Amino acid sequence: MDVFGSFALLLAFICALYAFVGGIAAIVTRHPLLVKSTRQAGMATCALIFIATFSLEYLFFTDNFSIAYVVSHSNRDLPTFYKIAALWSGMEGSLLFWSFLLAVYVFSVLIAYRNRNGELMPYVGMVMAGVQLFFLTLSNFVESPFKALASPGANGVMQFVARSDGNGLNPLLQYPEMVIHPPNLYSGYTGFTIPFAFALGALLAKYPGEKWIHLTRKWTMIAWMFQSLGILLGAHWAYAVLGWGGYWGWDPVENASLLPWLTGTAFLHSVMMQEKRGMMKVWNVWLVFCTFLLCVLGTFLTRSGVVSSVHAFAQSNIGTWFVGFIGIVLLVCLGAYLKNRDYLKSETQLDSVISRESSFLFNNLILLVSCVAVLTGTLFPVFSEWFTGDRISVGAPFFNKVNIPTGLLLLFLTGVGPLLAWRKTSTESLKRNFGLPLAIGIVAGAIFFALGYREFYSLICLILCVFVAATILLEFYRGAKVIRARSGASFAACAIDLTMRNTRRYGGYIVHMGMVFVFIGLAGAAFNRDVQKDMRVGQTMQIGQYTLVLQGVDTKPEKNYTAQRMLVEVLRDNKPMMMLFPEKRRFVTNQENGTMVAIYSTLKEDLYVVFAGENPETNLPSIHAFLNPLVKWIWFGGVMVVFGTIVALLPNRRAVFVLAAAPQRAAQPLPHALSPSVTLREGHD
Amino acid sequence: MNKQAKFGIGISVIVVALGVLAWLGYGESKTYYHTIAELQTLNHSARAQRMRIGGTVAVGSIRRLSGSVDFVLEGEGKALPVTYTGSDPLPDTFVDKSQALVEGHLNSDGKFVAEHVQAKCASKYEAAPGGTGTTQSSTQQSSM
Repeated sequence: MDVFGSFALLLAFICALYAFVGGIAAIVTRHPLLVKSTRQAGMATCALIFIATFSLEYLFFTDNFSIAYVVSHSNRDLPTFYKIAALWSGMEGSLLFWSFLLAVYVFSVLIAYRNRNGELMPYVGMVMAGVQLFFLTLSNFVESPFKALASPGANGVMQFVARSDGNGLNPLLQYPEMVIHPPNLYSGYTGFTIPFAFALGALLAKYPGEKWIHLTRKWTMIAWMFQSLGILLGAHWAYAVLGWGGYWGWDPVENASLLPWLTGTAFLHSVMMQEKRGMMKVWNVWLVFCTFLLCVLGTFLTRSGVVSSVHAFAQSNIGTWFVGFIGIVLLVCLGAYLKNRDYLKSETQLDSVISRESSFLFNNLILLVSCVAVLTGTLFPVFSEWFTGDRISVGAPFFNKVNIPTGLLLLFLTGVGPLLAWRKTSTESLKRNFGLPLAIGIVAGAIFFALGYREFYSLICLILCVFVAATILLEFYRGAKVIRARSGASFAACAIDLTMRNTRRYGGYIVHMGMVFVFIGLAGAAFNRDVQKDMRVGQTMQIGQYTLVLQGVDTKPEKNYTAQRMLVEVLRDNKPMMMLFPEKRRFVTNQENGTMVAIYSTLKEDLYVVFAGENPETNLPSIHAFLNPLVKWIWFGGVMVVFGTIVALLPNRRAVFVLAAAPQRAAQPLPHALSPSVTLREGHD
Repeated sequence: MNKQAKFGIGISVIVVALGVLAWLGYGESKTYYHTIAELQTLNHSARAQRMRIGGTVAVGSIRRLSGSVDFVLEGEGKALPVTYTGSDPLPDTFVDKSQALVEGHLNSDGKFVAEHVQAKCASKYEAAPGGTGTTQSSTQQSSM
């Protein structure tokens, strides 16, 4: 199967090469047969990548310990579930998995547009094949996942060997979320290849109008959704497994996943300026180029250890390949832009500071500043070594100082932006739209202050959260009221009807609401508390209103590991509530340890209990307990973001009746009172 | 005032304010990477800086005391005594012969006081796939 798999991979490389070179030839000659054959080569590439991936998975399932990659990442007793995840637990498999997910996207695009957009598709196919070619080069010639295990024999010649069992999977990865987190994140990383291919293709082809944006909107949103979900799952995994009580540590690998998310978010917003007003064309093209480059950079940072490792570039020579690829992509983008930039002339200009356009402009500015700050901070050790010779890193204070204010500004714009009119907004409509939410926000702020939430940024954050939530709910209420006046159905039914009539607009609001919840959760972090104590059986410790009683310690042998458990009884206000079982796991094959945190989660706060090991002096087990307010809102918000994105991806249920001229079309902006309902606006708002 | 000027002012206020914050955060958290051998060559002011040092945990050197953990880091033939004073439990991967990265400052007596410890198993660990999946565990925390 390994020979089969590596042949499939080699054939995939050849097909991708043909799709790429043939694609260029097809663009030059415009020969219809050549166009068709390169498209088919593209599809064959994808099919062969699928075959190679399944071959590797087959080797894991059949415990084939003559393959180096299987030996390093699996063992016989590893549960089936984790044998799937073992595929992407190392360098070679991750690269193949990248190709696999990209192939899923490429295949879908080639199928979906096989009879459409004939002018544009050869360019798009060529760009996609180029990206695939790079990853297939790595998988075939640099980091082959199908390498047989070999060791020098008695005569010094390398000989193939097979082991009876493998080394097992890293215990930190043996956690359900670790099975779904990388596929999500990688689906995000790879997914941005599609808008990139369309943007670059359209630029190369001088493809008329904003059509590429309409074509790629859904693909971008799908990639963005996976990226968001991937980041949140990663944060949750860090929270539940690493046992330090937090979910985000500004680690280079975390930052790497955030960077394309920031530019991707900026892109999703600024394309609306181009669709509506024909502005920001150059900006949008570069945003999508940057997003793709940051995706590649993210993969590179994750895989190469260039930043976190003590010695730069020590871990793998893969870094050179990635730097080369990023350089080539950048040159191609720059070349295409310089050659065809006339095609990107803006049609209109900004009219007013208080308008929808300017809110998008500031949204983009803030996301970009944040992205630049995170990128600088992440790569600081590399840059400082280049320029000063000293390797200097920056830590959490740097990232927090910049990103907390930018996050709050962004949250503010989330509330304000969608309700501003295009071109220019009257003072009248400002009062109408924001008077009530602002009042609610201030009242809520006073209540939070009275309740003891007095940390500056957190308080501001909570006030803004209430304000933004109020503006969103008011939008739903106003829209639903109009429908209700006609249909008489219940408010909930009207709100659903409203959403389904304009999924893009109201799906977007749901995503915003999800982000509000995430911010509520983030605001809680300022009030985290923790206590650590060595405990005898029967002893208690107090944290907040909870009392923890150590009832005992036991050992539980499992198939793949031995768990040492603490039996902790939890009392709230001295009333028994439940038992928590924080664990320490010792894995049999590789003698590594893992921590299992026990969490009791409510909307108000998380009680987070860690078995922190035994104090060797006293031989007493040590408990580290955290009380983290509002954390659950983050996960809840994340689910809502995904749900909102799915809603926004749905087609509108039926055409929206446009009862009056949409305000942005009118020569003079109409006073808001003349267009009293959101349903009066265009479907694509 | 015309529109361009308004936008210009708005944008510059945001960028400058964030730039100042970034500078403050940089001053607060900048950390120099050094190898154990380099430590002896540093001058007085450089020794006072916050730094991050990597090495291998010497076999049998880990001594857990109340309130701190002492161990010795080795690298390039040199040794560095370290005392870890942080409140978080040491990572599971922190054992004899693991590669460790310590962050903190150097005491006047030549002992390194670490606030954070990251550890990697020397055997086969490598960066984990995707997002937050570094297989290094660490004691690092942030206020987020």
